[in-house]
Amino acid sequence: MSNIFSNIIIAIFLIIIQGLFLNNVNFLEWLNPYIYLYFIIYFPLKSNRTLYITISFLYGLMIDFFSDMHAIHSAACLIIAYSRPYFLKLYFGMAYEHQVVKFNSLEIKQNIFYLFNIIFIHHLTLFCLEIFDLTKISLILSNTLSNSIFTFFSIYVLYEFLLNNNKRS
Amino acid sequence: MQRIIYFLIRNKNFILFLSLLIFSISLNINYNEYNKSKFINSSNFIFSSLYETQYTISKYFNLEYQNKLLVAENTELKEIVYNHLRKDSIPEKFKNIGFGVTASSVIKNSYSKSNNFITINKGFRDSIKLDNGVVSSNGVVGVIDKTTSNFSRIISILNTNLLLNAKFKNSNHFGVLSWDGLNINIVQLKDVPKQAKVKIGDTVVTGGNSLIFPKDILIGYVDSFKLDGSENYLELDIKLSVDMTNIENLYIIDNNNISEINKLNE
Repeated sequence: MSNIFSNIIIAIFLIIIQGLFLNNVNFLEWLNPYIYLYFIIYFPLKSNRTLYITISFLYGLMIDFFSDMHAIHSAACLIIAYSRPYFLKLYFGMAYEHQVVKFNSLEIKQNIFYLFNIIFIHHLTLFCLEIFDLTKISLILSNTLSNSIFTFFSIYVLYEFLLNNNKRS
Repeated sequence: MQRIIYFLIRNKNFILFLSLLIFSISLNINYNEYNKSKFINSSNFIFSSLYETQYTISKYFNLEYQNKLLVAENTELKEIVYNHLRKDSIPEKFKNIGFGVTASSVIKNSYSKSNNFITINKGFRDSIKLDNGVVSSNGVVGVIDKTTSNFSRIISILNTNLLLNAKFKNSNHFGVLSWDGLNINIVQLKDVPKQAKVKIGDTVVTGGNSLIFPKDILIGYVDSFKLDGSENYLELDIKLSVDMTNIENLYIIDNNNISEINKLNE
């Protein structure tokens, strides 16, 4: 019960932070960390999949309202929410199928690959839909890659703060 | 029948995913084609009041710069007033009083995307209408795209869907101004006939052809130019005179004669 409650708090907190502050970072004029993805990437594993997809869609829609983006954040969130089980299977293998993966104690290497891959897919969808012009494919790719790296570092820092219980001595 | 229902239940996640995806992408395509978004924007009540709160806090950090701009503009206007103190001999009814001006402040600005919008704190209660032009003290900023009772949204000049009519200050050759989404200081002026004699550094202003802006409002300066693919027209890069990353006080221009002019074109 307290788990659900803390997740709701985190979601609201991330939406407000993303909408009011992080969309205006504009580092080097075009880099923004999309830190709100943290909620979708580390959503509790043992939850109903239909519920998870619906929540991700609505969550992305809230970000769209903030940034005038015509439902492109929600489309990108939807895609990573639907494909998250495949990524988990790809990077955690047997551990995921036997349901012993715990987000608060992950192998660093596996976590990094899982995180970066899912962020990359999200940003690729996002910028394809935003720029919406296949002749500017180089702009799409460079935007995707640079923003992915930025987002990756900020989400990894957030993960270390909020979730990671692996105290390394 | 039972099989169909079983099929639907087994694939309910995929069907949910697909229908939501089609919904959101169709919204996006709709926007890109018709240049209007019906309900996902930040000028509705909840989001604009949040932005308003943010603005009331953050405006204090920028006061010094904005003050300087306003003082510079004031001195310029004072100069004009003092030079025109003597009474005008033209009767009142012949004067062109076509444009009304309203001042407003930005509560949300964006410039890092390829379709940028600005939200301001005046709406149709302050008699702001669709397709009014928006300028800052340094030049053109955008066009009003959507209004609610207390807020409105501007299509920024840094939006790939906005097209404006522009011309050179020292000749009457005109072209179409648009933005390619690459550099936030540079916009493109296309379809200028190659007979136009252009130099780097020439001033580009709004043309009188559109009813949105009055003639001769500053847009920017020519940065570079080349012939386009058909070799009949020039393509120019224009350096904007407005720093779009730092705007606060905007003026909304309303053309009072627009309905009368539109009657002519019917």
